[in-house]
Amino acid sequence: MKCFIGIDLGSTTTKAVMMDSDGEVLGRGITNSRSNYDTASKVSKLEAVVSARLELCHRALSAVPEMEDMVEELLTALERNFRLELFLNMLNDLKETCLHNAADLRHANIGKELAQALNDVFGRMETQLSRLFAPGAERKSDFFRDLAGSVYMNQAEDVAEEAGLPFDVLINIYDKSIIETENRPPAEDLAATFVRALDRVIDEQEDLPVEPQLVRDLVKDSLEIELEETFVVGTGYGRVRLPFPKEHIRSEILCHGLGAHLMYPKTRTVLDIGGQDTKGIQVDENGIVVNFQMNDRCAAGCGRYLGYIADEMNIGLHELGPIAMKATKSIRINSTCTVFAGAELRDRLAMGEKRADILAGLHRAIVLRAISIISRSGGVTSEFTFTGGVAKNEAAVKELRKLIRENYGDVTINIDPDSIYTGALGAAEFARRAVEH
Amino acid sequence: MAIPTENEVIKDSSMLLQKSMIAENYDALTSAHENGKKISATFVPGNLNELVMCFDMHNNLPEINAINNGMRKKSGTMVMQAEKMGHSEDVCTYVKADIGSMARGNIAPNGKPMPPPDLLLLSYTGCFTFMKWFELLRHEYGCETAMLHVPYEGDGVITQNMRDYVVKQLKENVIPTMEKVSGVKFDIDRLRENLVNSARAEDDFVWVLQSARNKPSPIDAYFGGVYYIGPIFTAFRGTEKAVEYYKLLRAEIEQRIAEGKGPITPEGDMKDERYRLVVEGPPNWTNFREFWKMFYEDGAVVVASTYTKVGGVYDLGFRHDPNNPIETLADYCLGCYTNRNLSQRVDMLEKYVNEYQADGLLINSIKSCNSFSAGQLLMMQEVEKRTGKPGAFIETDLVDPRYFSAANVKNRLESYFQMIEQRRQGERSAA
Repeated sequence: MKCFIGIDLGSTTTKAVMMDSDGEVLGRGITNSRSNYDTASKVSKLEAVVSARLELCHRALSAVPEMEDMVEELLTALERNFRLELFLNMLNDLKETCLHNAADLRHANIGKELAQALNDVFGRMETQLSRLFAPGAERKSDFFRDLAGSVYMNQAEDVAEEAGLPFDVLINIYDKSIIETENRPPAEDLAATFVRALDRVIDEQEDLPVEPQLVRDLVKDSLEIELEETFVVGTGYGRVRLPFPKEHIRSEILCHGLGAHLMYPKTRTVLDIGGQDTKGIQVDENGIVVNFQMNDRCAAGCGRYLGYIADEMNIGLHELGPIAMKATKSIRINSTCTVFAGAELRDRLAMGEKRADILAGLHRAIVLRAISIISRSGGVTSEFTFTGGVAKNEAAVKELRKLIRENYGDVTINIDPDSIYTGALGAAEFARRAVEH
Repeated sequence: MAIPTENEVIKDSSMLLQKSMIAENYDALTSAHENGKKISATFVPGNLNELVMCFDMHNNLPEINAINNGMRKKSGTMVMQAEKMGHSEDVCTYVKADIGSMARGNIAPNGKPMPPPDLLLLSYTGCFTFMKWFELLRHEYGCETAMLHVPYEGDGVITQNMRDYVVKQLKENVIPTMEKVSGVKFDIDRLRENLVNSARAEDDFVWVLQSARNKPSPIDAYFGGVYYIGPIFTAFRGTEKAVEYYKLLRAEIEQRIAEGKGPITPEGDMKDERYRLVVEGPPNWTNFREFWKMFYEDGAVVVASTYTKVGGVYDLGFRHDPNNPIETLADYCLGCYTNRNLSQRVDMLEKYVNEYQADGLLINSIKSCNSFSAGQLLMMQEVEKRTGKPGAFIETDLVDPRYFSAANVKNRLESYFQMIEQRRQGERSAA
C-alpha cells in the first residue's frame, strides 16, 4: 500500500508519522535526536512502521467478530512483547559493545575482571528491565538510553564494589558504548521480532476465542502488506540533513500549521513550544499559514529551558510539571535568560521558598514569553491549538490557559495528547498532497 | 558601499569602476597630510560631501570603515578590543569597530595608517549614537568639531523654522569652522558646481532604484543596493566620477531589462525570481555573502529597501538644488531616512510594498542599533495591516560576527519564503 511519511527532526526529539492515501494516520514514531539526525530519522521511521504494523494487525483482527472484545488486549500484549524483544536485542547489542570496549588495551591488566563484571551487570539489568515490560508495568521513558542508563549506573556501582573494580572505568565504558549502540539503527527485520512476540502472547493467552492459527495468519498477513514509502517530507531543524531533494523539505512553521489544522480544523492560532523555538502561527480555514513569529536572539522560554532547570534541580524533565502543580503560590522569576533563571532559582531556594512554588513561577515565565510571541503574530481571535513537547507539561498548560483567558477571553483551547507529532503530521500530509493532489 | 572583493565573484563593470574609485579614495585619504590636505570625518546620513569638497578636504566616513572591516572579517577583533577598553556589549558595533580599529593602529584597507582627522563634522541626523561617537573621537584626537544640529522630524514635516535653524548653523558655525580648519575661503559657486553633479547622479541613481518595478527586477535593491548607494552616500557625491558611475550603472541595468535578466549576484545572474521583498534595516556585514545567498538561492529578490535611503531619500523626490545651495543642504539633512519618524517610515514601507508589487516586508533588526530598531515590530504590524502582505522579523548585527546566527536566520527566512508560496497557492486554488 502507498504510505506517506512526515519526519520532524527537532532539536530534542525526532518524530515520524506514517499516513495512508486517505489521510488516515497509520503509525507514529519518536526517538531522541541524539545529535545524529540520520540515525534519529531512521529510528523514528522504524518506530512509525512498527506502530503502522500494529494498526494493520488491529484492522485485520477487528474484522473477526469473535475477536471483538479481545483485540485491544491482544494488541497491547503484542506491542508489549514486541518492545521487550526489541529492547532485549538492544540490550544485548549494548552488552557486546561494552565488552568490546572493555577489551581496550588501556584496561589490559583488569580485562578479565571487567568482562566478568559486565556480564554480571547485564545479567542483573536484563532481569530488572524485563519487568518493565510485564503487563501493567509503567515505564518512565520509552527511550532505550533513559531506561538502560539508570539501571546500569545502580548495578555497576554494586558490582564494582563487590569485585573491587574502579566504578569510573565502568561508567566510561558505558558512556562510550551507549553512543555507539544508539547510533546503530536496529536491524529492520521487524517481522521476525513480531512473530516471536506473538508466540509469547499466544502462550500467555489462555482464553482465545478463535484458533491460535487464525490469529497467527491474520498477523502474518498484516506483516506481509508492503508498506511502500511513496513520498517523504522532512521538517524541523535537522531537515537539511535529510538525504532528499529540496521539494521534500518543508519549514516546521508550515508543517505545524497544517498539522494543527488536521487535528482541529477550526484552529486559527497555533502555539508551538519546541526545544529551541517558540512559534506563534496564524492559519486560515485551510490550514495555510498567513503569519508567524518566532523567538529571536535567545531561546530562553523554550523546551530546553525546562530541561536546564530540571538538570539544575536534579530531577527528571517529566517531573517538573507535576511538582509545579503542587504550588500554593507562584514565585516571580524575572530573568529572561535560561542560565540566569538557574541562578534566580538557587537564590529563591536559599531564601527558603518552596520548590513547587519556584517551579510554578518558572512555568509562568515561559508561558509569558510565549504569550508575547503570540501577540506579535497577531493574537488569538478564534480557536487556539497548543503543540510541541511542552504541551505535555500540565503546569505550562495551566498557566497558558490562564493567560490566554486573561488576554483573549474564553476561546477554545485544543491540546492533543499526540501534539508532539503535529509537525510530522503536517509533513506527512504535505507528502500525501504532493502525490495525491 | 566600500565593498572588498574576492576573485571568484562575478562583477559588472560598474562594480569594477566603483572598486577603483574606492581604492583611489583610500589612497588619497592615507596620503592626505603628506599632500598638504586636510581630513574631515563625518557620517553617511547628513553627509555634506559637496561642502567638504569646497574646502579641498577629504571626506572620511568611519561607518564605511567599520563596514569595510566587517566585510573583510576584521571587525570581530576590533569590537572585542573596544570592549576590553570598557565599551559595553550593547554599544553600537560601528562605534566599537571604529574605536577598536583606532586602538590597533587605524589601518585603512590599503594597508596604510589612516591619518587623524583635522575636523569632526558632526551632522546629527536622528541617530543619537553619532553624538556620543564623535565625543569619543574628539577625546581621542582633540581636533576641531563642528556640530550641525538637525531637528528630528517628530511631526513628519519639515517646517521653514527647522530649515532656517539648520541654514543658520551652516552659515554661522559649520562653514566658518571649515574655513578655519582648511585655510580655504568658502566659495558658494564651487558649492553650486558640486551640487549640479550631485543632482545629475541622483537622477540616474533613482532611475536604477526604480528599475526594480520591472518583473523580473533587474536589480537587488538591498544586497545589490548597497553597491549602488556606494558613491552617492560617501565621498563621491558631487564629483564627476559619481556622475560617470551612475551613467554606467544605468546603462548596465537598461541592458539587463532589455535582456529580461534578473539581478547580478556573486554567483552570476539570478535566474528565477520567486519572491519580491521589501526590506527594512541595515544588512549584516560580517556574513554579507552568506546572508545574501540565503535570498538568491531561493529566488528571493529585494525590490526596495529603506537602508538604501539612509544617505538621502532621493526616490521620494528630493534633489540637491544648485539654485539654493545652503537651503538644499539643510533639506537634505532634514529628510534623511534616519531623521524620519515612525509614521513616515511606515508610509514609505507601505508605498514600497505596493509600488514594487512585493510579496511582503522583511525586517532585519539590528541587535546593537537601538536608534534604528526601536519600533520596528510596530512598523511591521502596521504595514501588514495596510497592505495585507505578510511581514517577517529576523535579527542580526552590523559588524559583530557573534550576533549572526546563520542557522536561525536561514530557518526563519525559509519559513517565510515557504509561507509566501503556500499563501500564493492557496489564493490560486481559491480563485
